[in-house]
Amino acid sequence: MRRDFSVISQWIPPQSRVLDLACGDGELLDQLKRDKSVSGYGLEIDPDKIQTCLERGVSVIEQDIDKGLNNFESGSFDTVVMTSALQALHNPDKVLDEMLRVGKECIVTFPNFGHWRCRLHLGIHGRMPVSEFMPYSWYDTPNIHFCTFKDFEDLCHSKRLRVLRRLVTDQQLKDNLPARLLPNLFGEVAIYHISPKT
Amino acid sequence: MPDHSQAPSEPVVTRSFPDSSVGLVTPETLHFDQPLALSCGRMLEQFDLVIETYGELNKSASNAVLICHALSGDHHAAGYHSEDDRKPGWWDSAIGPGKAIDTNQFYVVSLNNLGGCRGSTGPVSINPETGKPWGPDFPVVTVEDWVESHALLADRLGITQWAAIVGGSLGGMQVLEWTIRFPDRVRHAAVIASAPKLSAQNIAFNEVARQAIMSDPQFLEGRYLESETLPASGLGLARMVGHITYLSDDAMKAKFDRDRKVTDFQFDYGAEFQVESYLRYQGESFTKRFDANTYLLMTRALDYYDPASRHNHNLVEALANAKARFLVISFTTDWRFSPERSEEIVNALHTAGKDVSYLKVDAPQGHDAFLMDIPRYTNALSAWMNRVATESKEYTV
Repeated sequence: MRRDFSVISQWIPPQSRVLDLACGDGELLDQLKRDKSVSGYGLEIDPDKIQTCLERGVSVIEQDIDKGLNNFESGSFDTVVMTSALQALHNPDKVLDEMLRVGKECIVTFPNFGHWRCRLHLGIHGRMPVSEFMPYSWYDTPNIHFCTFKDFEDLCHSKRLRVLRRLVTDQQLKDNLPARLLPNLFGEVAIYHISPKT
Repeated sequence: MPDHSQAPSEPVVTRSFPDSSVGLVTPETLHFDQPLALSCGRMLEQFDLVIETYGELNKSASNAVLICHALSGDHHAAGYHSEDDRKPGWWDSAIGPGKAIDTNQFYVVSLNNLGGCRGSTGPVSINPETGKPWGPDFPVVTVEDWVESHALLADRLGITQWAAIVGGSLGGMQVLEWTIRFPDRVRHAAVIASAPKLSAQNIAFNEVARQAIMSDPQFLEGRYLESETLPASGLGLARMVGHITYLSDDAMKAKFDRDRKVTDFQFDYGAEFQVESYLRYQGESFTKRFDANTYLLMTRALDYYDPASRHNHNLVEALANAKARFLVISFTTDWRFSPERSEEIVNALHTAGKDVSYLKVDAPQGHDAFLMDIPRYTNALSAWMNRVATESKEYTV
């Protein structure tokens, strides 16, 4: 299982109702169904990934989350999850608002553009970072809204969100001392557990 | 009788059907003596249902799949009726050994609905009280009535719970009604290219079709069979209108564009354009296999269906007791039953907390897409039916 999924799994209570935005091939929901007996749906637009969801028996709804979640009622899910999709959205701030409306709590993961390797790429080479982790060139990348941890923290602050938990780590999700000390420089992945301020 | 005794013995030539075909099938007529109370308030004292079945029912009767047909469909969903049958059943692309609805796994039941014209009791059947065809006296039956009759059929076949019920268009409405009316009798429900109720535009198309039939001088207020005639031009016209709405603009362009049968304009009103000739052919051939009263009845059943109307016009409430796991599929260019209409069903289902998966398949064929072998559609239905098979096995244990 993906390491970030095992962290997310720990943050989701058993038997809860989960909505997974940009659920991909349904791996997380499949895991949560088996380990935590959760119910819920994944939203996805990629036909191949939807097919994989059907094959593994994950309930998946074809829906573009960039167009909002109008068809979902407020507070209808215990947790709304979105892994590694924030940076690919046209309106990440609006989707975040929608997540917080539909879910009582939200879990968001995203890559940190403030990581030292990105800074090195841009600062020394003067080019947009391309790595194993971010393999796209600037012109064909689906990732159109990169941010750093600090940027995301600012957004949470301006939206007056409550950060319940946060984990900033490297890709292997090992306990990483530099990432703990200087997350915006050494952390590669962020996992945020947030809720609307009540 | 000719004497064949001197004829040399000829080897029996049997046509070989593909391995993925259910092959030769024979319809079966089941007679029901119990009266059926209909939505209109009338009683059908006795009736026949014609069915076809494919595959084997397992010992625990847990692998049964019901196929619900659309407006002009019938019980002949798969396979061939004779060695020299040109065309297989209407959904042969999806039903057969190794196909999406795999007859190696499932016992598939397909029937002709009440009011139909292919053998089940309907306007062309003889009314036992008069000894004449029912014609216009046959009651206007509804989706709800059909589902009630399906349940009697299930009882007869020893099926307490369907592994899945599958249907497209008007068939999808029957699937939906099954999950509402008999929540404990259906484990999985596939609602394809359907809607929770018709829109005004949709009813309007049905009305044009009905007017075409009823204004045909040969209609004779529905008693054309008694006079041994047919409102063929009216029924053909109704079918032509229907056909246009089942295709997308793009599909028609791809199929006909402005192609003509003759190079020069004839300056008259014959079928010069290919599309005209196609529609005329479709209309005409339809009149040979379909009954006008049945067409009226089927379109009316479509118009009337609106399960939410029984629940404060709230579809979420209507679906509150449903227990099935749903699959909903729509097609991008289907404007007769558009994706938005399928999404109404999906939204009501997830709001009601029901298990649902939804696909909007990119397909140029319009409403007709649901009858076609479109790879993404077929693969999705196949994967979903595989889960149904797996869960049915768990259910048996």
